[in-house]
Amino acid sequence: MNGIPVEQGLIVAGLLFVLGVAGVLIRRNVLFILLSLEIMLNASGLAFVVAGARWLQPDGQVMFVFILAVAAAEVALGLALILWVYHWYGTLDADRACGMRG
Amino acid sequence: MLYAFYIASAVAVISTLGVITGRHAVHALLYFIISLLAVAMIFLLFGAHFAAALEVIIYAGAIMVLFVFVMMMLNPGPRSVRKERHWLSPGTWVCPAVLALILTAELIFLLASGTVGFHDGTAVTPREVGMALFGPYLLGVELVSILLLAGLVGAYHLAWRLGVSRADGAGEGRQS
Repeated sequence: MNGIPVEQGLIVAGLLFVLGVAGVLIRRNVLFILLSLEIMLNASGLAFVVAGARWLQPDGQVMFVFILAVAAAEVALGLALILWVYHWYGTLDADRACGMRG
Repeated sequence: MLYAFYIASAVAVISTLGVITGRHAVHALLYFIISLLAVAMIFLLFGAHFAAALEVIIYAGAIMVLFVFVMMMLNPGPRSVRKERHWLSPGTWVCPAVLALILTAELIFLLASGTVGFHDGTAVTPREVGMALFGPYLLGVELVSILLLAGLVGAYHLAWRLGVSRADGAGEGRQS
């Protein structure tokens, strides 16, 4: 275990996750909201890897690889949608894109 | 070893605070890259070398490049040159550079002292991860590949319609 308590690693993961939640809640720029989502995914990946290192099993890193793929797909779609929002509304304000069509 | 973990964690939390409080998107991106590198450092300390390498290559490399490209498309024109000059002022890059220097010093110290645990049996090697990925987790790998394909098709669909709509006349469809 390299002498690092696993609880402290989980505390860091929790701190990063809470910071990501706070970012989603306080920011109104869609680009920053997407970045905060990335922070949360990264924090959950950190928790998986720390827990996997606790029992010296590769499962934690396998889940991290899956989270990485999910983050890549989410970023590709999210950024395409952000380009659409900017094209339609001329701004990145999330509150402006509040109506539905149809 | 424990202190290295504390330093990397502090760097990660401070740079993440910089992300959610940043005014410019590019500043936030700089801080986020530092945060990812700090998390990769924590992975290294926990003996997850493969995850650390993936974090640097895919997260800080590939995914952040996507963000940079989109930011480039959102800020066209001569206005961006002035902004670029403003972004390169020392106030912008000193804080991320100091955090990155702290991480670099920590990495060099750990590698020089030989305490990262490459051979002492406390690491989960890439070989084990690969055996698990293509052994019991094979179905998950296939599902993730389908998810990536869906993301690719979806992003292509959205970008294609955006290109058609722009060719018809930029700004005509703007509802604001």
